[in-house]
Amino acid sequence: MTYQFDFGWLIESLPVLFKGIRITVQLILIGAVFGVALGIACAWVRALGPKWLKPVVAAYVELIRNTPFLIQLFFIFFGLPSLGIRMSELSAANLAMIVNLGAYSCEIIRAGIQATPRGQFEAGASLAMTPFQAFWYVVLVPALQRIWPALSSQIVIVMLGSAVVSQIAAEDLTFAANFIQSRNFRAFETYTVSTLIYLALAILLRQLLAGLGWMLFPRKASR
Amino acid sequence: MNRRNVCMLAFAAVAGIAMAPFPQARADALSDIGARGTIRIAVPQDFPPFGSVGADMTPQGYDIDIANLIGEKLGAKVEIVPVTSANRIPYLQTNKVDLVISSLGKNPDREKVIDFSEAYAPFYNGVFAPADVAVAKAEDLAGKTVGVTRGAIEDLELTKVVPASVEIKRYEDNNGTISAFLSGQVEVIATGNVVAAAILEKNPPKRPELKFLIKNSPCYIGMNKEQPALMAKINGIIAAARSDGALNTISQKWLKVDLPADL
Repeated sequence: MTYQFDFGWLIESLPVLFKGIRITVQLILIGAVFGVALGIACAWVRALGPKWLKPVVAAYVELIRNTPFLIQLFFIFFGLPSLGIRMSELSAANLAMIVNLGAYSCEIIRAGIQATPRGQFEAGASLAMTPFQAFWYVVLVPALQRIWPALSSQIVIVMLGSAVVSQIAAEDLTFAANFIQSRNFRAFETYTVSTLIYLALAILLRQLLAGLGWMLFPRKASR
Repeated sequence: MNRRNVCMLAFAAVAGIAMAPFPQARADALSDIGARGTIRIAVPQDFPPFGSVGADMTPQGYDIDIANLIGEKLGAKVEIVPVTSANRIPYLQTNKVDLVISSLGKNPDREKVIDFSEAYAPFYNGVFAPADVAVAKAEDLAGKTVGVTRGAIEDLELTKVVPASVEIKRYEDNNGTISAFLSGQVEVIATGNVVAAAILEKNPPKRPELKFLIKNSPCYIGMNKEQPALMAKINGIIAAARSDGALNTISQKWLKVDLPADL
């Protein structure tokens, strides 16, 4: 192999890389919190919510789960301005990630809710719990506990999928890698470094979510 | 046959033999074109609006219009030869074409091997914005957001000259930059006049106007060296087209703007 490796660019590119990492982390943190919140709300509607709202949520979930993330992103960033809704590339990226994760996590959480025996819900009611308390303690928490690994994977997938936000000039880690590569033309080294960073971020995020799972569901004996 | 005729015939034969072994070291391209009745011109086929293949599969564009204009003025039939940017100069050097009208820029390396006519088309990178945005130089961009195509020459040049307070938004390709401008995500873009023409083609509510130049590299017609007659003729045609407005009409047709004053 005659290729001469050169990592000399790495030092001067560190600020760009760190900014990219910061943006990617920021995107996934905001995206995960609000996306899962949206998913819980939608799962509640689909499992137990008012009848008239169910088709609306079903349409949202089907629309998002059956279209590419990149198109959703372009629609928000390049399409919505035609309707007078203009937002910065970071807001657009965040919104796209929340909407996307919301739809996928809705279906994951709904599966968890539907796996909860109906009798438990009634048992909660017989213990004089309010409907909200019953939903929270009897339905949602055990449901989340059941589907936590699947939800964690979905969050990691969304983080890796966030690479496409560089297409609308949001300066995430992929943007940083592309930017550096367009200046040093060292594609192999640049993408090796960015691959390793994504790998580290994904492993870190998984550990973080696993830790969060331990904290949220301490009583789970079967784990 | 009388004596006199025989003498003349002999003279003609000797004269003919005497002339024949001395062809010109290099043929005069202009008289060749005249003798042939056709002029072979290299044009781009993959670089709109200068040259591309239309819906009816015929070449069209700024360069093709110039080629036809020159053919018409020379009274020669134009033979269009599609070339790529890599092989346009070799085509000329190996005498496969008489002229290269293929959005060819001038640089010292090329000047060593071929000659260039006067400029016939504007080609530049600059900062574009709607009329109501007051920008005349790089410093005026302070605090503004500028869209560029990542890694393009204007990205590299602009990054060097603008103040730190300028936010440069780098899009993946020219289409991203065009979309960002058309959707109003950025008001100012740094790009080439060809991309600006592509935006003007869409008749946007806000029309991008050139605010200042980043790099100016107009297009010239390339021809083989030591062809003074052809060179004079071509330059004459360009000068005439410039003064009678024919060149401006072509510029309006393909680039949607008037010719710049310096061309």
